[in-house]
Amino acid sequence: MTTKTNLTQQEDSNEQNWLSVCRLEDIAPETGICALLGEEQVAIFRQADNVYAVSNYDPIGEAYVISRGIIGSIKDCLVVASPLYKQHFDLKTGACFEAPEFTLKVYAVRTCGDDVQLLQP
Amino acid sequence: MSKQRIVVVGNGMVGHKFIETLLAAPNAEDFEITTMSEESRLAYDRVHLSSVFGGASAKDLALTDREFYREHGVTYRLSDKVVRIDTQGKTLHTESGHQKSYDKLILATGSYPFIPPIPGADQAHCLVYRTIDDLGMIKASSEQSKIGVVVGGGLLGLEAANALKNLGLETHVVEFAPQLMAVQIDEMGGALLRRKIEELGLGVHTSKNTQKIVLNPDAAKTRYRMLFSDDSFLDTDMIVFSAGIRPQDELARQAEINVGERGGIEIDNFCRTSADDVYAIGECALWGKRVFGLVAPGYSMAKVAVSHISGDKSERFVGADMSTKLKLLGVDVASIGDAHAQAEGALSYNYHDGVGQTYKRIVVSSDGKKLLGAIMVGDAQDYGTFLQMYLNAMDLPAQAEALILPSLEGAGSVIGLESLPDTAQICSCNDVSKGAISAAVQQGCSDMTALKASTNAATGCGGCTDLVKQIMNIELAALGVEVNNHLCEHFDYSRQELADIVRIKKLDTFEQLLTTWGRGLGCDVCKPAVASILASYNNDYILKDEHVGLLDTNDKYLANMQKDGTYSVVPRVPGGEITPDKLIVLGEVAKYYGLYTKITGGQRVDLFGAQLHELPEIWQRLIDAGFETGHAYGKSMRTVKSCVGDSWCRYGVQDSVSMAITLEDRYKGLRSPHKIKLAVSGCTRECAEAQSKDAGIIATEKGWNLYVCGNGGMRPRHGDLFATDLDDETLIKYIDRFFMFYIRTAERLQRTSVWLENLEGGLAYLKQVVIEDKLGIAQELESEMTKVVGTYQCEWKTTLEDPKKLKRFQHFVNSNNTDPSLLYTRERGQQRPANALEKIELLAVD
Repeated sequence: MTTKTNLTQQEDSNEQNWLSVCRLEDIAPETGICALLGEEQVAIFRQADNVYAVSNYDPIGEAYVISRGIIGSIKDCLVVASPLYKQHFDLKTGACFEAPEFTLKVYAVRTCGDDVQLLQP
Repeated sequence: MSKQRIVVVGNGMVGHKFIETLLAAPNAEDFEITTMSEESRLAYDRVHLSSVFGGASAKDLALTDREFYREHGVTYRLSDKVVRIDTQGKTLHTESGHQKSYDKLILATGSYPFIPPIPGADQAHCLVYRTIDDLGMIKASSEQSKIGVVVGGGLLGLEAANALKNLGLETHVVEFAPQLMAVQIDEMGGALLRRKIEELGLGVHTSKNTQKIVLNPDAAKTRYRMLFSDDSFLDTDMIVFSAGIRPQDELARQAEINVGERGGIEIDNFCRTSADDVYAIGECALWGKRVFGLVAPGYSMAKVAVSHISGDKSERFVGADMSTKLKLLGVDVASIGDAHAQAEGALSYNYHDGVGQTYKRIVVSSDGKKLLGAIMVGDAQDYGTFLQMYLNAMDLPAQAEALILPSLEGAGSVIGLESLPDTAQICSCNDVSKGAISAAVQQGCSDMTALKASTNAATGCGGCTDLVKQIMNIELAALGVEVNNHLCEHFDYSRQELADIVRIKKLDTFEQLLTTWGRGLGCDVCKPAVASILASYNNDYILKDEHVGLLDTNDKYLANMQKDGTYSVVPRVPGGEITPDKLIVLGEVAKYYGLYTKITGGQRVDLFGAQLHELPEIWQRLIDAGFETGHAYGKSMRTVKSCVGDSWCRYGVQDSVSMAITLEDRYKGLRSPHKIKLAVSGCTRECAEAQSKDAGIIATEKGWNLYVCGNGGMRPRHGDLFATDLDDETLIKYIDRFFMFYIRTAERLQRTSVWLENLEGGLAYLKQVVIEDKLGIAQELESEMTKVVGTYQCEWKTTLEDPKKLKRFQHFVNSNNTDPSLLYTRERGQQRPANALEKIELLAVD
């Protein structure tokens, strides 16, 4: 079984803390979905076969919509554009390009076989 | 020091210009301005008077309003004619008995239409064409008339004829001289103009001297009969006199101010009359034995008078160039300088294209080195260039005839614009010099839209558009600015170039394009733009896996995202026609899902507040009831608005609803650089507001008039009249070509209005491409459209048939819960998203 994650310190996490939220094929290529993690809304994006997870809450538009944004690149950064007002957020750090005072929370996410998993707190 | 009392008699275009200019003077504070007018309205644009028949209101034409005057301390007195000036006591007396003293008096009384002394010319339906009120009377008369005659085949006469024609009358022009527009153009040009006008269905009668206007002995036929000196006659219901203007100089005469033999208040180079402290400007003034019947010289006089009054004696009025370019009944006509070659030794070159119906003449000096004048009929594209050569006395090329011979290759500008002095006036409507344009470009205006907004150049008649654009490009090149219209950092191509690549290479995915022609992963700019191009040419189902990641959320979920992340749903209602049963379904669906309901400007119903998971259920019910998706979410054809047309309306002349439905069914689903809207009006009253649409169609007695590139929104623009009296088939053919050409060449998110403004060659070029097929691509454009029409599918219907796609319509991938953050409050009986304060209250109650 192959496991890919965007966290380098994955060994810190106990295997049982990974929650499968969907299968990779449930996310259309180059798009996102929203998963419920406890009471939190998490936007998960699929770029090629990699997955990235940030908060689904758009702090500028003040709505839970980030998962429905378009992903792409700015220079070498992987970003999502908010579907409301089009600000760009770095998928790896959550940083906002246009308004640095805003940052999206970043979640640990990985693919495990065909499953997409989020790390539970 | 008390303020100087400035009184302006007459509040026309020139009178107002004077006030505006004086208000902008550095010592404006020193003046107390009063304006008095016999008209009931403040100054309005008389040049575009005929646009009233095209749907413009008096407000559209207004150059100022009461508020502006009040704010700037300008006192105005309307509907009260000044009847006497006491130049000794410096006092004015009005009809109503009002008196007003002045320190400086400006006469801007304008002119009045000349009515030839013909017996019977004073009957009820014998009218003139000068003020907004005159137009009202013409319109009223046209409603009780079938045939209309314009007396006068000059510039204003032909404009009046155009107005009558647009009012649906059988129209005739009667001219005393042997040709039309004898002042501006020669016999050859006049003959061509006549031919073109006759082809439009107007009667032209030259060398006709009207002797008498009598009631028609055959009253059942028409109201009047005009009897000519050659014993011929013409039957008509109404007559509009437009046989020239006369200076309105009565006040000056009465005050014993010097006037010319044939009228006009004599002025010197400072616009001063023979009476102390009395100035005259505009069409009432006579300078060097000439009256200037155009607005630009009037504006110059206004400026000179302001300078003189405010203490600057350096500015002088030294005559004005009467060159003119206009579109009469859709025919381009231009005249420059010594058009009739009256200068000694003047030589001319003529070029007459009987097939293409164009005529050009240039008049050159005896040594062949300078341009003295020019005439153009049918094609006036070179007007700007010729005018610059003439005004700046530029040297002609060795072979001057090349200027008017058709260039077989797309030869560039014939004059070196670089060598034009900075003082050269480029836009004569708004007096914008080359220097001003260059300066604006240096300050950052790098496209036509910005340049127009900043300098006002090319915003009047538009005749200088090409020239302004060329100057902009030269300036940009000089600044070393690379004019970069690359779509984004991922593609070094413009949208137009990418569209060409997709079309020619027959690409069907973003991936293919990005791999070979782009870099990186793409972004929210290029992805939707390319998705739109792909859809325009391939018309694939947009939610296919390879496309879905390219789409804005609206396209992805086939609905319009609102501020709280929920969506609105807009089913298609072609032409705005809907059965009661369907209305009931909309009501039931809205009620069941608690959707806020609002009527849109495009004659549809918008249902707000649908959550992702509700969209498929809602659409299933709508489709079952016979609805289709409305594409309100797409950069695509939206709606075809219509009035009820001749099936119900007393005034309708065509079935506008059926045409609107035909068009909406044809273009539904068409993806484009920006949204596209259409409208169809069943008569000239234009209730569907078609002139504010990308394609506007207005019914005529004989068919349809097509207007293009209109726009509501942030910067409204009235559509340009593109073709007249089309049959259904030709109308659709032209719209097919027009839309596909726009889709092929526009930039991303560029509406047709801005696209046209930036299109080199402008409207004339667009006509050449669409109507005359200059580029030889008409067939191609039509077949591209046929493909889109033939491959239409209702995206919601297709989506509902695919369970895998439906899975995307849930808020959480791993839960059936809905978004818990949504909170609503009620207002006027419907729900709406709670604002921040209301949310706190709602949560506290919970």
